[in-house]
Amino acid sequence: MTMSIDTLNFLRGITTILAMSAFVGVFLWAWSRRRRDSFEAAAQLPLEEDADIVDAGRQTPPQR
Amino acid sequence: MTAYQFGQAASVAAGTMDGGPMPVSVPANAHENAAVRTDYEDGVVRQFMIMTIVWGIVGMLVGVIAAAQLLFPALNFDIPFLTYSRLRPLHTNAVIFAFGGSALFASSYYVVQRTCHVPLFMPGLARFTFWGWQLVILLAAVSLPLGITQAKEYAELEWPIDILIAVVWVAYGVVFFGTMATRRVKHIYVANWFFAAYIITIAVLHIVNSAGLPVSLVKSYSAYAGVTDAMVQWWYGHNAVGFFLTAAFLGMMYYFIPKQAGRPIYSYRLSIVHFWSLISIYMWAGPHHLHYTTLPDWVQTLGMVFSLMLLAPSWGGMINGIMTLSGAWHKLRTDPILKFLIVSLSFYGMSTFEGPMMSIKTVNALSHYTDWTIGHVHAGALGWVAMVTIGTTYALVPRLYGQTKMWSIRLIDWHFWTTTIGIVLYVASMWIAGVMQGLMWRATNADGTLTYTFVESLKATYPYYAVRLVGGVLIVAGMFLMAYNVAKTIGQRDKAPQGSPAAASA
Repeated sequence: MTMSIDTLNFLRGITTILAMSAFVGVFLWAWSRRRRDSFEAAAQLPLEEDADIVDAGRQTPPQR
Repeated sequence: MTAYQFGQAASVAAGTMDGGPMPVSVPANAHENAAVRTDYEDGVVRQFMIMTIVWGIVGMLVGVIAAAQLLFPALNFDIPFLTYSRLRPLHTNAVIFAFGGSALFASSYYVVQRTCHVPLFMPGLARFTFWGWQLVILLAAVSLPLGITQAKEYAELEWPIDILIAVVWVAYGVVFFGTMATRRVKHIYVANWFFAAYIITIAVLHIVNSAGLPVSLVKSYSAYAGVTDAMVQWWYGHNAVGFFLTAAFLGMMYYFIPKQAGRPIYSYRLSIVHFWSLISIYMWAGPHHLHYTTLPDWVQTLGMVFSLMLLAPSWGGMINGIMTLSGAWHKLRTDPILKFLIVSLSFYGMSTFEGPMMSIKTVNALSHYTDWTIGHVHAGALGWVAMVTIGTTYALVPRLYGQTKMWSIRLIDWHFWTTTIGIVLYVASMWIAGVMQGLMWRATNADGTLTYTFVESLKATYPYYAVRLVGGVLIVAGMFLMAYNVAKTIGQRDKAPQGSPAAASA
């Protein structure tokens, strides 16, 4: 390896900026108004009971 | 995924997406229908659920025996198979991979089907993961007491078992990701993100860390040497904590806390930031296990800094789970299952505060090699992992066996208190013992000689070992209560089959 310390430090700086931008990016994406309805619908998924799920599986009719 | 299909799914939750009040309860008889639905592949979930309880009892019992041996060394009866050195890895493997692993297989298979609205992908392969995983556990239970080991913590199993683990794990991945790929809802629920990250990461960690050169069926040498080997081991070791014992159980938490509380997660957006920051930071925390070793100093510091940063996503997740109860705190008074789940998050918060503190080099100089570490691990493993698993078991067993609730709610309450008191005794005694040991080991006289011999610190630790043993016995006693309660719940189904008033009211 013949990378100079200056190059190394430059790459370290770039990496830090990229990692920070990724975090800010995820944050902005998660809080964007456009995603709101989709997330609220997703948040309801655990609250469904098996009987409520009309389109599950192989369409076996309930036995009783 | 078509918009139509998603619309169908979303319509289920109709009336809750216009900003109105969220539903706080579900129809009382809703999940009685679970008994008669044949769409989902729940057989494998039931198998893993039962084995979770069996291996929980076995693993914790071995832990109690090991704890008793530290107090009464004669308890190994001079039999090599029963020495502490062989029982200890048996205990850790049993509780982490047999108890915790079975619980994760069960809950991930259950959750991915419900949140994707499809049965498991390749159910035959799912059944293979059950039998394959049980075979791994049996092989571990035989080989570890025989002293067959790679001598890597939490990766002791020798190479033939490692290969079997890798095969089972890839099959697990195919089933899980196949189920997600065939889903009938648009969004991938956050619990599945956590499960997915855990499955991928454990595969990578296991294969890289277990790489070695076999010299016989029961002996191999690591592919790495010296400090590189140590770093690979603790990259594996800490991510086993981060992904197996944390991310995966967070997946459990993100499904079963909303389910049990009857309310959606406090902030779905926070759960996304929680997920991405947790998985990207955990990967770098491993070097804190190697402070003041021959590992390069900057790597140690890097591990410490990333460990400190972990506090933020960890507490973000904890707050997200606990705040789900906001406005419904009264449920904690009457629902011991919810108590298990919420107290598990409290222990999670405590141990994820303690962990970053212990990763600070100067703190680590005191805590490392002492029983403080053992206390910290058990605050996480018992307080967080076992308690969230127990809560999930109580929530899941009635659903899996067509019942509305467990046979006895009172017994769940008893289990809650034996476990909570047991963990507090365990953790508090190890904290005191650990700090005491650290202080005794570093104490020096004016002339620079050590004030205490090692055996003096051991002698001073005895009372705390006794307290720890009492805590362990309480925890195992609680597990027996759970086994009894579960057996009664399942028995109830056999006694009162389909025609009974309870089942017919659906």
